[in-house]
Amino acid sequence: MAITTVATFGVERVEVMDPEGVVDEALMPDLSPERITELYGWMVLTRRFDERMLKLQRQGRLGTFARVTGQEGAHVPAAFALHDEDWMVPAFREAGAFLVRGVKMEDFLQYWGGDERGNLIPEGVRMLPTAIPVGTHMLHAVGIGWALKRRGEKAAVLTSFGEGATSEGDFSEAMNFAGVFQAPVVFFCQNNQWAISLPYYRQTAACTVAQKAVGYGIPGVQVDGNDVFAVYRTVAEALERACGGGGPSLIEAVTYRVTDHTTSDDARRYRAEEEVATWKARDPIERLAKFMKKRGLLDDAGEAAVASDADQRVAQAVAAFEAVDAPNPDEIFEHVFAELTAPLAEQREALRRRLAKEA
Amino acid sequence: MARLNLVEAIDQALLQEMERDADVIVLGEDVGRDGGVFRVTDGLVERFGEERVIDTPLAESGIVGMAIGMAISGFRPVAEIQFSGFVYPAYDQLVSHASRMRTRSRGRFTVPLVVRMPYGGGIRALEHHSESMEAAFAHVPGLKVVIPADPYEAKGLLTAAIRDPDPVVFFEPARVYRAIKMDVPEEQYEIPLGVARVVREGRDITVIAWGAQVRVAREAAERLAAENRADVEVIDLRTLSPLDSATLVASVEKTGRALVVHEAPRSGGFGAEVSAQLMERAILHLQAPVRRVTGFDTIPPLSKLEDYYQPDADRVVDEIVGIMEF
Repeated sequence: MAITTVATFGVERVEVMDPEGVVDEALMPDLSPERITELYGWMVLTRRFDERMLKLQRQGRLGTFARVTGQEGAHVPAAFALHDEDWMVPAFREAGAFLVRGVKMEDFLQYWGGDERGNLIPEGVRMLPTAIPVGTHMLHAVGIGWALKRRGEKAAVLTSFGEGATSEGDFSEAMNFAGVFQAPVVFFCQNNQWAISLPYYRQTAACTVAQKAVGYGIPGVQVDGNDVFAVYRTVAEALERACGGGGPSLIEAVTYRVTDHTTSDDARRYRAEEEVATWKARDPIERLAKFMKKRGLLDDAGEAAVASDADQRVAQAVAAFEAVDAPNPDEIFEHVFAELTAPLAEQREALRRRLAKEA
Repeated sequence: MARLNLVEAIDQALLQEMERDADVIVLGEDVGRDGGVFRVTDGLVERFGEERVIDTPLAESGIVGMAIGMAISGFRPVAEIQFSGFVYPAYDQLVSHASRMRTRSRGRFTVPLVVRMPYGGGIRALEHHSESMEAAFAHVPGLKVVIPADPYEAKGLLTAAIRDPDPVVFFEPARVYRAIKMDVPEEQYEIPLGVARVVREGRDITVIAWGAQVRVAREAAERLAAENRADVEVIDLRTLSPLDSATLVASVEKTGRALVVHEAPRSGGFGAEVSAQLMERAILHLQAPVRRVTGFDTIPPLSKLEDYYQPDADRVVDEIVGIMEF
């Protein structure tokens, strides 16, 4: 008898671009200058949109929402790597991904402004709406992936979540099911290191999220989540593998939540300002801009133009959002079931009568 | 027409609907090679293969969550939860996702999903195998809750549930699984969801029940009829959500009295909802308070004490007599 090693595992980390915008050419993903410029535009739009949403929330024109500033380097290139036929199953901190996928800013504002009609994802856009319950939506991605595979479609599903979600039981079930059924799913974790007030080291004793893939027999990799090229390259590879029948994988994009958890949170209660400042200096948009300036894809005037173009688009979206008529109270009863049931018809009638009396 | 028990009737409904519609998928623990621990899915994997009859890992939330994704993609998954006592990890998926996806996506994404599971006591089972928690599901907006009482009903209701465009929780009374055989038509048929059934007509009192308790109510009714003590109308609710209050009200308008029988715990049980509906809609027809024969607000006892907990014909007869004498 003997003691032998029956399996060994390692966890790789992918970095393509350093904080000064210098890239390792050998690792650069296949992205044309036009595509890089487009990606930069989405990231700036996402930042400007997020900042404007904060103002709208402070003015009482939007409800509570989760900001994305500082995480544009993670979820924006991940969504950018998707093809139209791919699905995305998001959590609630991926505003940029919604824009990249084709959801209108005014619709997004409408939803967060308390009008459910804004949650109607346009026909043809393969994306589920925001999922607020933490860590329960990844299973839907597995079911959708299973369906794509069964129908023989050459497409994959990307599902995104935070590191907090990896403590939920459904994360484990989703990873396990995806592995067993070899579903074409890319699990994309935005590890922003804080789940409201809980820091990463209190969330898990695992030194990486990526290594959690090992337990389910699927590949796991860590990337610098503020490095758009590392994220894009890794997601594109994982999607291609999934589409080609290679099964699921887990990507951990290490980034940081420089904002409060939501507009209702005050992160100063539980973490040091110095830590936040350190990460603000690693801004993913600035890093990409440095690269683009070195390559002659961007100059100071161009940078200002992209920002002002984004502001203009955001302003138009805000105007469109504010021009929407208030929803009809009948909307409450629509879409509960395919057909209105007798109890619901009665309850709707009661509401109508009460409103008629008040009018 | 073959004589089938409840297990065979459900198996036949699944088999015929899977033949009719290639998008119907069965998934769950041990549903494939083993044919399910109650043999409800017997023979399906041989007929349709492992791609359509899927043995899943042991994870209830995973089963229902994955099935939601399948349903969003246009499939018609029928998920089996091995016992309703183990459904609670999946309750989150049902409440937080399946029930509300249509509403919150404004109709863009829908979840035509059936979750089947055995429930209820009277089978001398081990712990966690006798509960009757249907009210906890009937309370959830966006879910339909269906409970068949016998093999004929089970085939027609399950066929309708699979074809329904919305999520349906389908509770199968384990006590009835092999207790009775009856004529079940070979051809497919649907029993519409949301329509209660008058099982036995009567003039004096309406007894409302579902699942295994329909037989208990009938037995009590026959006994009282034989003794010429009361003419009892028995209604099988069939669908708790949406509730067919019109059939209940019409009956009570005729009889003037009502009793609800369920084996679930008393407080907050679905009997309370039935009773409230009758108060709201038929109070001037009622000659006595609506009463309930139910389980207790306790954990269902193990086999030695189970008979004290479960409603039976004696308890139903006593309660009917009490109402008649009010």
